[in-house]
Amino acid sequence: MNIHEFQAKQLFAQFGIPVPKGKEIKNVKAAEKWASVLDTPVFVVKAQIHAGGRGKAGGVKLTKNKAEVPELAKEIIGKTLVTHQTGPKGRKVRRLLIEEGAGIAKELYLSLLVDRESGYPTFIASTEGGMDIEEVAEHTPDKLLKESIDPAVGFQGYNGRNLAFGLGLPELEPAVVKPFFQMLENLYRLFMEKNASLVEINPLVITTDKRLVALDGKVSIDDSALFKHPDVQKFRDLHEEEPLEIEAGNNNLNYVKLDGDIGCMVNGAGLAMATMDVIKLAGSEPANFLDVGGGATKETVAAGFRILLKDKKVKGIFINIFGGIVRCERIAHGVIDAAKEVGIKLPVVVRLQGTNAEEGRRLLAESGLKVEGVADLWEAAQRIVALRKKK
Amino acid sequence: MSILVNKNTRVVVQGITGKEGSFHATQCKAYGTQVVAGVTPGKAGQEVEGIPVFNTVREAVKKTEATTSLIFVPPPFAADAILEAADAGIWLIICITEGIPVNDMVRVQRALYGKATRLIGPNCPGIITAEECKIGIMPGFIHKKGRVGVISRSGTLTYEAVNQLTNLGLGETTCVGIGGDPLIGTGYIDLLQMFQEDDETEAVVLIGEIGGDAEERAAAYIKKEMTKPVVSFIAGITAPPGRRMGHAGAIITGGKGTAADKMAALESAGVRVVKNPAEIGEVVKSVLG
Repeated sequence: MNIHEFQAKQLFAQFGIPVPKGKEIKNVKAAEKWASVLDTPVFVVKAQIHAGGRGKAGGVKLTKNKAEVPELAKEIIGKTLVTHQTGPKGRKVRRLLIEEGAGIAKELYLSLLVDRESGYPTFIASTEGGMDIEEVAEHTPDKLLKESIDPAVGFQGYNGRNLAFGLGLPELEPAVVKPFFQMLENLYRLFMEKNASLVEINPLVITTDKRLVALDGKVSIDDSALFKHPDVQKFRDLHEEEPLEIEAGNNNLNYVKLDGDIGCMVNGAGLAMATMDVIKLAGSEPANFLDVGGGATKETVAAGFRILLKDKKVKGIFINIFGGIVRCERIAHGVIDAAKEVGIKLPVVVRLQGTNAEEGRRLLAESGLKVEGVADLWEAAQRIVALRKKK
Repeated sequence: MSILVNKNTRVVVQGITGKEGSFHATQCKAYGTQVVAGVTPGKAGQEVEGIPVFNTVREAVKKTEATTSLIFVPPPFAADAILEAADAGIWLIICITEGIPVNDMVRVQRALYGKATRLIGPNCPGIITAEECKIGIMPGFIHKKGRVGVISRSGTLTYEAVNQLTNLGLGETTCVGIGGDPLIGTGYIDLLQMFQEDDETEAVVLIGEIGGDAEERAAAYIKKEMTKPVVSFIAGITAPPGRRMGHAGAIITGGKGTAADKMAALESAGVRVVKNPAEIGEVVKSVLG
C-alpha cells in the first residue's frame, strides 16, 4: 500500500527522523490559518497524490510571502496533475502538505528495500539527491552505494560507516555524520517494525545550518502485513485507487484496470498475465488483469462478470479457466447464471480446460446464451478477437 | 530418476486439520504420496483420512520419520511453521501459503542460511514427480511420466504447460512451482542444476513472469552450465509498469523486471523463448526432435 508524503513524514517523525515542520491541509482557509502560525522564511506548498514528478507538473510551489500561501493553496487544490507516473488522465489534488522550507547546501538520496536476490534489507544511497534515481542507476551506476543489513543482528556501526565514508559525508559536512548514523538506524527500525516494502528519502538534505532533514518521503507498506498495523491501515486513501479495483478487492478478486477492450477473467495470476499476452498476440488489447483465484467458484465468477461489465470500454469478454481442483462444469454453471443475471449482450468466449472441461462446454452450448465454449487457448483468443472486430 | 521427491518420500502436512490442509493431504495420498503424518497444535491423537495428527513437527518426525513437509498454515503463522519444520530436521519444506509478510520471510531465509534444509515457495503450487509423488495442490491427473522437467513461478500457468506436454506424449519428470513472492526459498538456478544432472530429464521448461531479475540470473547460469535444451515462456509482456499483477513479486519497478528484458536475456543464453503460451508443448517437441 502506498501512502502520502505527509503520512510518510508522520512515520519519520514518530521514529526520530528529522522532517520539516508541516501540516496536512484540505482547504484554503486551513492554509491561511496554518501559514499565520508557521514561522519560516520560506513556505512550501506541496500537492499530495500517490505519484512522483509533482514538481514538474506544477504541484509544488514556494513563496517567501505568508500572504501568498492561501493563493497557492487555491491554485493547487482541485487541480488535476499529470505526471510521468499518473498516466494521461492525471490525478486530482485533494490535500496539500504545507511546510517550512529549508536552506539547501547539498542534496542526497537514501532508500531502504529488500534485495530480492540476497533477501537482506538493503540501503541504497547516492550523492546525486533530488534526481530520478533510476536515471542515476542507468547512467552513473558507480554513484549508487548499496549496504545490506544482516537481519540476524540488525543495523550495525560498520553499516553506517560504510555508507557515510562511501558518500564522502565527513568531507561534505562533518557535523551531520553522527545524525546520519542515527537516521540510518531509525530508518531500519521503521522499515522492520512497520513492515515497509520501501522507504525513500529523496532528497535528503544537508541544510545551510548543518542539519540533516528528510525533505521528501515515500513509504510503501507490505500489503500482506497490513493486518499487523491498524495505524497504517488508516492511511489508505481510496481516492488514489481505481473504483473498480476497490470493488474487486472487496470481493477478494485481484483486478488491475488496463486500456484495451477485451475484458478477461482467469483463474491464477500467471495464467491471467499469459491470457492478456495471448489477446495481444491475437490482435487486440486486454482491458484488464483479473485473477479470480486458483480455487474459482460460481460466486467469484459472477462477481468478476459484474466488474468487467462496469468497464464501459469492454467490447468482448474472454474467460480462461484451467480446471484442476476446480471443476469446469461448476465454472460453466457460474458463467451461465451470471450471464443470465446481469444480461450480457457482449460476445463471450469461455475457454475451459482440465477437469470435466467437456461437460462444461456442453452446458455452455445448451444454455441458449451467446456464450461460446472453446477448448484450445490460441483458438479461443483468436475467436474473441474476431467476434469483437465483427461487432 | 527425478529431482527432490519420489515414491519413497515421507511427508508431514502442517495445518492438516484445516479446510485446505485436509482436502489436499487426502488428494496427495490418493495420488500415491506417502503422507505419513499431519501436524496441528492441540489436535494430537486425531486422524485425517487415516493420517495420524501430532501437536508438533518434532513429534511427528520422531514417530513417523517424515523427511519432507507440506505447509498450509495461514499467513500470520506460516513463518513460524517453516522454522519449526527446519528445527525438527525436515530437509525439504514446501510452503503453499500465500500472503506471508516479506519481513517474516527475511528472517526465515536468514535462519535457513547455511542449513541443509531446502525451502520451496512460499505462495507456490508445490512439487510433483509424475506418477510417483504429489506434494502440493496441482491436479495430479494432467501429469504423465516422461522426459521434461518444469520450473515455474506460477500455478495454473504451469498446469497449462504440463497439459500440453502430456497431450503431446512428452510427459514430465518433476514439476516444481517455486512461488510468486518476491522472496522465495529455492530459485531457478538450483533446480536447473538438478535437472541438468537428472538422467531422465531431457529438456527443461522454465516459466517466468515480470518482476525481479531471477530469469536474467537463470539465463546467465544456463549460458555457462546447461547442455540440455531449455524452453521458456515469460508472462506479462502486456503488464503495465508499477502495478502488481496478482503475485506479490510480479511488478515492474523503475523500468526493471520487464518481460522483454527477461526474454532477451534468455534468448541470448540460447534458450528457445516462446511468445505464445499455447505453443510451449509444440516447441519442446520440436527441440527434442
